[in-house]
Amino acid sequence: MSAPLLEVKDLTMHFPIKQRGIITRTVGHVKAVDGVSFSIGAGEALGLVGESGSGKSTTGRLITRLYQPTSGQILFEGKDISKSSARELKPIRRDIQMIFQDPYTSLNPRHTVGEIISAPLEIHNLVPKGSRLRRVQELLETVGLNPEHYNRYPHEFSGGQRQRIGIARALTMSPKLLVADEPVSALDVSIQAQIINLLKDLQKEMGIAFLFIAHDLAIVRHFCPQVAVMYLGKIVENAPREQLYTNPQHAYTKSLLSAVPDMRQAVVGGRRERIRYTHDVEASAASTAANTAAAASPSA
Amino acid sequence: MTRPFLSVEDLVVHFPTPDGVVRATDGLSYTLEPGKTLGIVGESGSGKSVSSSAILGLHRKTSAQVSGRIWLDGVDLLSLSDKEMQQRRGKDVAMIFQDPLSALHPYYTIGNQVAEAYRVHNEVSKKQARERAIEMLDRVGIPNAKQRVDDYPHQFSGGMRQRAMIAMALINDPELLIADEPTTALDVTVQAQILDLLQDLQREFNTALIMITHDLGVIAEVADDVLVMYAGRAVEYGTTKQLLTAPAMPYTLGLIQSVPDLTSDVNEPLRPIPGNPPSLLDAPNGCAFAPRCTFKHLVDPPSLPDEVMPELEEIAPGHLRRCHLKEHDLSKLIPLAAEKVEEPV
Repeated sequence: MSAPLLEVKDLTMHFPIKQRGIITRTVGHVKAVDGVSFSIGAGEALGLVGESGSGKSTTGRLITRLYQPTSGQILFEGKDISKSSARELKPIRRDIQMIFQDPYTSLNPRHTVGEIISAPLEIHNLVPKGSRLRRVQELLETVGLNPEHYNRYPHEFSGGQRQRIGIARALTMSPKLLVADEPVSALDVSIQAQIINLLKDLQKEMGIAFLFIAHDLAIVRHFCPQVAVMYLGKIVENAPREQLYTNPQHAYTKSLLSAVPDMRQAVVGGRRERIRYTHDVEASAASTAANTAAAASPSA
Repeated sequence: MTRPFLSVEDLVVHFPTPDGVVRATDGLSYTLEPGKTLGIVGESGSGKSVSSSAILGLHRKTSAQVSGRIWLDGVDLLSLSDKEMQQRRGKDVAMIFQDPLSALHPYYTIGNQVAEAYRVHNEVSKKQARERAIEMLDRVGIPNAKQRVDDYPHQFSGGMRQRAMIAMALINDPELLIADEPTTALDVTVQAQILDLLQDLQREFNTALIMITHDLGVIAEVADDVLVMYAGRAVEYGTTKQLLTAPAMPYTLGLIQSVPDLTSDVNEPLRPIPGNPPSLLDAPNGCAFAPRCTFKHLVDPPSLPDEVMPELEEIAPGHLRRCHLKEHDLSKLIPLAAEKVEEPV
């Protein structure tokens, strides 16, 4: 077996809690990500689910190296990028791109769509100036927008169309890995499916690997053959989709699944049984034998 | 004839703007009985929140044109003066908002804000109001309510803030409670707790509940009746079972089909509704959903939906829809659906 595209080993991110006074001192740490390990093969999709505050977004930002991790390794194509400098990271940033949650705040309102999408080309100086416009139009077409609209500004587009612009920008560099942090949660229900289908088509055609971060369990199930569940900075379960959704091993996963509202309930009537989870994460993570990821991190 | 407990009749909310009139709600009618839940579904801009805020009289008269009738227990709320409305707001009708952090005042303690809602409508001392606030916070499941009553909103978690909002809304035992996306900002596990709590409290106080949401799963779990809104109008109305098992309007069907559930086939692509929601500024003359409808070509003649607005018609007892299609059972039409619709540029 060849090495995976991305391998994350025992990744931690501790944010210091500072107390201000005459002398500012660190009084503790928020362990946002606390010993997380997983891997993603080329062209594969890993789903990362969890509640707000579970560390799933921080994990995404560590992999794109928007943050410098406290410890641990991020192996991209076998090379550890966890401590790389900005200069060393520049070529790698072509290969790892990100799609953001909010299509309203992640596009510069003063730039035209053409400028937004061609900015990566300019930074990496890849495509000669003359043919940049053609590349932009190609990309607009790929994501299902009118290629003649490169001169418009973000406010002229609807939420779903803006998210398509964000995706086009991420595709400019033909990345190998896309970190999608809640790519559809800010969109209307009828539009979410459009974007999911687009991402799935792109994955098939271009062989892009995905780290798909979301809290909507049904959408993650649809998109990702492998799903990891995060709770308080740790991965408590990481399993193939069929197994995770039909036979969850960890108590927290069970509780999460039991809380998802289900349309079919209308036919059955009444209320479903909920499973509450108030367990200590350390103890339970250690007791889950199936979960190799958490077992590999006996820290804390 | 006795009138239903809540009866909204031909409600219109228009906002005049320099660019034209925004028809946020255009002729909406529905009824609701005590102890029952009406779910209102629709995408952003469909008029679901605007029409509900009208029940509370939250639209400023200078910026919105509101007409129609809103009968609550025999009184037309739209005919009341501001002062009379103020006496009812928070007492007979209360509302829970989507984002509890921006709905709570950051400078006042939770207890202060919950007690205020009680003091406004009841001649009680500060101490009595505080006692009542603690009682309500305890009732909505805030642990250690006696101590937490003096906390500020930022010291509460998202779920706890929403519980505090519910305590505030229910402290005067309102007859009608409007919950505007009460769980959208919350995690699924917390959402489940809040939905269970709302249903328990509703049963206990026999409150009529309007649940505004875009999540059909939430609707399936809590609502008795459902109203689907599109571009300011009701497009389908019926019992939850009717709508979710036998949707008769292409938009409702599209919504149901576009959401994956925990058992759907992962190899099948999702079936989204093509296109984008219409602008309410230049609403089309005909069916507002026609530009996105994959069944439009089945209407005779196919140009009809673009020109004529279909009427709400009753297709089964209590099941209304607004559609030109002759067929009521849309499941028969699914194989005939168009692959694509013409995208307006």
